[in-house]
Amino acid sequence: MTDAALGTSASLAAAETLESSARRAWRRLMKRRGAVLGLTVIALFVLLTVFAPLIVPYDPVATSWSLVRKAPSMQHWFGTDELGRDVLARVVFGARASLLAGVISVGIALAVGVPLGLLAGYRGGFIDALISRVTDAMLACPFLILAIALAAFLGPSLGNAMIAIGVSATPIFIRLTRGQVMSVKVEDYVEAARAMGNPRWRIALVHILPNILPALLVQATLSIAAAIIAEAALSFLGLGQQPPAPSWGSMLNAAQRFLTTAPWMAVWPGLAIFLVVLSFNLVGDGLRDALDPKAR
Amino acid sequence: MLNFLAKRLAQLIPTLFFVSLLIFSLQHLLPGDPALVMAGEERDPAVIEQIRQQYHLDQPIPVQYAYWVKGVLMGDFGESLRNKMPVSSLIAQKLPVTMQIAGMAIVVAFLIGIPAGIISAVKMGTAWDYGANLFALWGISTPNFWLGIMLIFLFSVELGWLPASGYVPLSENWRASLAASVMPAFVLGNAIAAILMRHTRSAMLQVLESDYVRTARAKGLSERTVILKHAMRNALTPIITLGALELGTLLSGAVLTEQIFSIPGFGKLIVDAVFNRDYAVVQGVVLTTATIYITLNLIADIAYILVNPRLRG
Repeated sequence: MTDAALGTSASLAAAETLESSARRAWRRLMKRRGAVLGLTVIALFVLLTVFAPLIVPYDPVATSWSLVRKAPSMQHWFGTDELGRDVLARVVFGARASLLAGVISVGIALAVGVPLGLLAGYRGGFIDALISRVTDAMLACPFLILAIALAAFLGPSLGNAMIAIGVSATPIFIRLTRGQVMSVKVEDYVEAARAMGNPRWRIALVHILPNILPALLVQATLSIAAAIIAEAALSFLGLGQQPPAPSWGSMLNAAQRFLTTAPWMAVWPGLAIFLVVLSFNLVGDGLRDALDPKAR
Repeated sequence: MLNFLAKRLAQLIPTLFFVSLLIFSLQHLLPGDPALVMAGEERDPAVIEQIRQQYHLDQPIPVQYAYWVKGVLMGDFGESLRNKMPVSSLIAQKLPVTMQIAGMAIVVAFLIGIPAGIISAVKMGTAWDYGANLFALWGISTPNFWLGIMLIFLFSVELGWLPASGYVPLSENWRASLAASVMPAFVLGNAIAAILMRHTRSAMLQVLESDYVRTARAKGLSERTVILKHAMRNALTPIITLGALELGTLLSGAVLTEQIFSIPGFGKLIVDAVFNRDYAVVQGVVLTTATIYITLNLIADIAYILVNPRLRG
């Protein structure tokens, strides 16, 4: 048998065990009420963002001077804001910015953090020391303060906020991946793959990466929750989604100015952030339990 | 111990070097010529040239970095573009305000988080445990700026019990000071209480299964003594040091909390600086928080070794 054939059969075997362990994890996840609830709420919000124009009859940016700060009513379930816009429409359309920001910024953090963590953990030596010290340096700057500083220097926009949050979340993934790689690379099967003469990149991608995916998945889910709060925070400060486009954070900023006359403006966007973040946290906690090898 | 300290300190130097590099390079993310940004409305080429020379912007970037680091090491973070004050005195002026709120928040976090964690571990599987876990989930998932707004609505707008915003120094009038800072401290401490609760719970669960707790029970000690004297003391050691590491969360949270309650602290300083394009202040604030964080991290590490006899040696 040639090297290539051996490699293929090894990766096929890896894919099969991965598939079955993924199925097992899914089954265990579905047994957790909290996680199922979280997944349901997330699915509902995703449907809301996709079908937003079909669900709400109002334009989220259409202003109306005759409807300024009207309390919730049959026409406007969540009331209207300081420019006469429908709050429900803005909450529904605002979900797009929040969910996108959560997923894309964590995607950035994964795309940058995982390869660097693999490199540091697998190669060791000088490269590891260099990457680790840069990671330490980034972790020394509090997450949101780093994100604010980056967003400020990049300029206020939703795209830049996602980049700023993604970069600020990267060191967590570098450190996690590195630690996982260090513990996996001494396992027998990695040793065996090395003995068979596999190149280093192949061992890292085919033999190590699939085994550290569970830990990365849990962290990514919890990080989406943190990223959604961070996006809302940046938008609250005026560094994220720019007006008049709707975003939960900027809605809360406007709401604070009208707390005495229009408290409903503050209730709904905050509740929406809370529900989505809670759901991602529930799914993350459920995944951690479902994927924990010790609990099997 | 000495060995460990030396190693830990040696790691600190490259970390601080990269922190400074990171913060310095922020400035170069700015689109366009920094001298033009600093000049603001001013368009006179002579003035811009003067700015360029004054801030060494005409020099190569490594030289600019060297000048900046030299200044920082001598306590000179540059000058605020907005009010022409040295950044270091601005920081010295604002930091105590945040420290007061943060200190109170830590107290809130420990007072809620640790008892909740102990109770939920001791009464595992009961309604108490369930309730404490719900509280932790709520604390982690609630954006603190929303919580702040809702508390202002309840306690200031509706009930009129507490001032909605502002800050009074403790030395000036302690009653007014506490009244003004109780809501911000709760908002800030709430999320950390949730994190502490989760850690306390899992540490307690682990300790309650250990041999020495079983021995203590076998000796016929009351459950109260077993939990308070034997289990808790050992479970809490790592939690105390963990509290120090939550400082990052605290400083991040302070940015928004101070914004909502109009508290003239550290967090408000960085937000105002961001909007005034006062980049020297932004850099100074980030550098200061990073240095505080690294120092506390080191202290926490040392404290952890000091309280854990097995690691001493």
